[in-house]
Order: sequence, then structure tokens, then C-alpha cells
Amino acid sequence: MPSLDSEAALGLLRTMWRIRHFEERVGQLKRADEVHGLIHLSVGQEAVAAGVCSQLQGDDAIYSGHRAHGHAIAAGAPIERAMAELMGRVDGLCKGLGGSMHLVDTEHGLMGATGVVGGNIPMALGSALAARMGDGKQVAVVFFGDGAVQAGHFNESINLATLWELPVIFVCENNGFAEFTPRSAHTRVERVTDVVAPYGLTRETIDGNDAVAVWETFARFLASARAGRGPLLLECLTHRLRGHYEGDPAHYRKALEAKDWQAKDPILRLQRHGVEEGWFVEDDVKALELEEQKAVEAAVEFARASPFPPADLIGDLTYA
Amino acid sequence: MKITYVKAVVEAQAQAMRDDSGVFVLGEDVAEGGPYGTTAGLAEEFGTDRVLNTPISESAICGVAVGAAQSGLRPIVEVMFIDFVTLALDQLVNQAAKAHAMSGGQLRVPLVLRTQGGAGRRWGAQHSQSLESWLTHIPGLKVVMPSRAADAAGLLASAIADPNPVVFVENKMLYFKSEDVPKRPPVVPVGRALVVRPGSDVTIVALSRLVDEALVAAERLAGEGIEAEVIDPRTLVPLDLDTIVESVGRTHRLVIAHEAVVHGGFGAEIAAQVQAAAFDDLDAPIERVGAPFSPVPFSPPLEDAYVPGAEEIAAAAKTLLA
Repeated sequence: MPSLDSEAALGLLRTMWRIRHFEERVGQLKRADEVHGLIHLSVGQEAVAAGVCSQLQGDDAIYSGHRAHGHAIAAGAPIERAMAELMGRVDGLCKGLGGSMHLVDTEHGLMGATGVVGGNIPMALGSALAARMGDGKQVAVVFFGDGAVQAGHFNESINLATLWELPVIFVCENNGFAEFTPRSAHTRVERVTDVVAPYGLTRETIDGNDAVAVWETFARFLASARAGRGPLLLECLTHRLRGHYEGDPAHYRKALEAKDWQAKDPILRLQRHGVEEGWFVEDDVKALELEEQKAVEAAVEFARASPFPPADLIGDLTYA
Repeated sequence: MKITYVKAVVEAQAQAMRDDSGVFVLGEDVAEGGPYGTTAGLAEEFGTDRVLNTPISESAICGVAVGAAQSGLRPIVEVMFIDFVTLALDQLVNQAAKAHAMSGGQLRVPLVLRTQGGAGRRWGAQHSQSLESWLTHIPGLKVVMPSRAADAAGLLASAIADPNPVVFVENKMLYFKSEDVPKRPPVVPVGRALVVRPGSDVTIVALSRLVDEALVAAERLAGEGIEAEVIDPRTLVPLDLDTIVESVGRTHRLVIAHEAVVHGGFGAEIAAQVQAAAFDDLDAPIERVGAPFSPVPFSPPLEDAYVPGAEEIAAAAKTLLA
């Protein structure tokens, strides 16, 4: 069974800090009206994005949803182009035509992100089918929240993926809230792994704030999918530290006490764990965090310097 | 060689599958040929790895096609009745149609969604609709609607080769009509209309099954000394407006006929585009022929009365010449 080592752990920490600083900066820039549109931040959910995407290759397919920044960054998307996209600039990943909920970076395997909850799930099956028809070892990974599980296309897709034994890994980030409503108000089935149990696919519910658990479980899942043993579902219990979107007053839930969050924060947990394991010392981590913070600042400057797209881009890309 | 429309559809798919190993078919019962035989024999020739039967899951089926197309394949996805496109609209409208633009040009979705519409078989209001105008409203989708076997073959070849999502709307009442079609039918480009019958007094633009009805109407009108020009756009998006405007420039009168409900039907779009481009050429208001604003009725005499045909088209033309 593959286990995390010092190098991989440092890689995860770097990615998680990159996401954390990116997201927090995006939150500020949204309030300053420099970043536009509906913004869904993944602060607190970084371990899932990092643990999963760090193990994928560029020719694997990744599909994300409306909370896509972390997945894009973990997949390897350049953060300056991601930031430019959120600002609607021409040097954005999608030339400023996509926006926060629609980040795509085909070079790094990010084949789509959708603002329609669960709409990405069947598309991942299509990329998995293409991988199999090409006799490749590629897999498709689709991220979605627990809110998508109550949608018809989720159930259609689980059925079809198991029927066809497709190389697709369903990664559910179960943060306990579907938009503003706790899971208990939407369904009688608490665990997503129980929802899919009758289909018999390999499934596991793990602590999604434990980067080590995410990385190690996903490593096993990935090996199984690459070996052609059919689809799998990884349910990561996690916690969205911010509201559903930026500006959401989040009256529907109690804020986490600061000390409780210290215990849950996936980044601090991995740091404590790594120091205990002797993988690194605290100073290494501090240096790495500062580097990422600076990289995010540089991304902001890059994005600010990029012009808005020319008006003649309207309609220009309607058809290929 | 005389073949049916449905045979032309099958053969165009088979030829595309022979020419390109990335072309595959998926849908409900496609390996068995489907209720009309629109995929008959494909599983036998290409195997069930390329002719994929699916559960009754329109959203997932269409989503699989979108993802497969984005990953380099050329899926032909069959939605058995256009009425069931309602279940797949997220994939078609929100995903397939927008992927290229929203990704700044990174993604392409070269899929063909084959489906069929139309009334006439006493199948009631949920298996008889003509919903094509909905899809013409979506930037990023192309919409093709052939009326003849040769065009079905030639346009399907073009649709499969197109780098964009193309909705290919067949008509259930046309499937078993036999026509002369060359053994290898010529490719028909997407976006080109056909003047089916030349005429000088009135232009009739007719879609799908109503092309034949327009020809019947034109023969009747000829008996009364009125020469109607019949145009089949064949593609709704992109529309070949030039061919229609050129004709109206000669005839100065226009009837638009389709089986869909008149209200909000594609005829409204054609009429708006023609009056904008050729207002001074028109000697009379544009007439539209289509179904009344009602669900398709089941009872045979009512369904027959509901569906527009040659009689309504001829009457509309005579109104313009009165």
C-alpha cells in the first residue's frame, strides 16, 4: 500500500498553502470588486484537491463543479492565469469567457467545471469511456459536493459507470451543506457511500481534512481504476470554512470556534503530522508558505496588468 | 437506387464508423436497431463496444457523449424521441453548447445528437412534438432537419465531421418513404438550403415533413396558374438566409410552413430575418403555417386536423396573392 513520504507531503503542503492564500486573496478581491461574479471558495477543503490531483497525470481527465479554484490549482493550472480569469481578463485560463465556476485548463487535464450542480458527473463518464476505447490507462476524476447526490444525473451516472465498469473515480466533498441547507434536511441517507452501496462499487468515507488519509486512499483507488477494476467513490468529510458563496452571511450555521478549527484545519494538521514524523521542521514549512503567499501576490499583479478581452471576442468562439 | 430515409440514416452512420474509429453510437436500444431501425445492423458490423446500449438515462447518455467528444471521440447519441430531449437539456444547453466558448476555445464538442419528432402516429402529446425551435435559440448548437433521404445521408456525414455539437432532427413520418439516392450520397454541407421546386409567384419555405406537403400545395397552385418556389432550408442553425432572400426578391411573397406550433416556432425567426433583410421586396405580410397552440391531440381525426399540410399551405399562398 503506497504511503506518504517527506517529499510528497511537502508537495501537498505547498499546494494547500497555494490554494489557501489564493482563496483568501480572492475573497478580499471580491469584496474590493476586483474579482467578479459568483465566487465559491474552498478554504478548509484543500486536502481533498491536493491529495487527489497531485497523483494525476496531464492526460487524465478532471471535472470540477462551482467550487473549482482548488481543483484547478492542485491540477497544476498556473495561478496567475486562474486569477486573471476571475478578474475577467484576456490572459485568464479561458480568456475571461468562463469565470470562477467554469475554469478549464486542458493542458493540465481540467476538462470542465460547471455551475450546474452535478452536471459534470456524466461528462466524466464520457472521458472515462474515451480512455477505455483508446486502450489507455487514463482515468477520469469528478469532484462534486454532497448536494449533487440528490440530483438525478448523479444516480444515472453511478448506475451507468458501474454497468460499464468505467475507469472513473467519483470524489464527493461532503461538507455537510447543500448550498444553505444541512444534509439532514435534504435526505435520510447520511453517508454518500450508503447511497451508492446497492451498486456494489468500491467506496470509502474518510476524513477529508486529513491529507494523509486522502492521499493514501486515493492512491489505492487510482491504482485500482488504472488496472481496469471499475469505478470507485471516495467520500471526503470536510468543512467549508466560509459561506456557500462570497457575501453569503451564513446565518444558517454556527461559526466554528477558532480552537476547534485549529484542530480541523487540514494544513495545520499535516504540518503537525509531518513534524511529528520527522518529514520536515517548522521552518521549512514557514518558508514554503511565504513563497506561496508571494506567488499569489505576483498572480494578482499579473492579473491586474492583463487587459479585459476585446469586445470582438463576443460571438467569436461560439462555434469551433 | 431506391432507399428509405431510415436506411439513409443507418448507412451514413455506418460509413462514418468505417471511415473513423472514433465514431461510435450510444442510446437506448441502439444495438437492437431501435424502434424504427435507425441503427439497424450497426452492432452486427461494429460490435457492441462501438454501438452502446444504454439505460433510460437521457441526462447521463448525453453527458457521456459530451465528455467523450471533449476527450477526442465523435459520438452519435440517439435520443429516441425529441420529446425526451427535455431530460437531457442540461447536458445539451448548459454543457455541450457552451464548452468551446466558456473554455476560451480550449474544448471542442464534436457530437451529433440524433432524434426524431413530429405527429401522425397517434402517439399522443408526449411522443409527437416538434421542439426544434427551442434548440435554435441556443448559441453553440447547430440544428439540422433534413426532409429527404439523400439530404439525411449527406447532412449526417457533415454533422458527424463538424467540430461542434449538432442536433439532427429526423421525422418519424418520413422514415419509410423511398427515394432515389446515389450509392455514395454526396456530402451536403451544414447551412445550405435547397430550392426543391423553382417558381416565380410565391416562395414557400418548408421544414422537414412539410416540404412534401409544400410540393403538393405547389402542384395544386400550379393548376390555378400560381407558380410557387419551394425551399427546404435543411439546416436551421446556421440558416441559409441568402437563398430565401434571393427567392423573395423574385416572388415578393413568403409562406413559412412547419409542423411545430406556430407560436414561437422557427418560422417566426425566418420571418423576422427576411423582413429585416428584404422589407422593400415584400408585397404582402409574411404568412406562417404551423400547428395550433395546443398539445398534440391523440384521437385520430383530431390529430389529423391538428397537423398542418398542403391544404393550409396552399390557402396561405392564395391569401398573399389575393
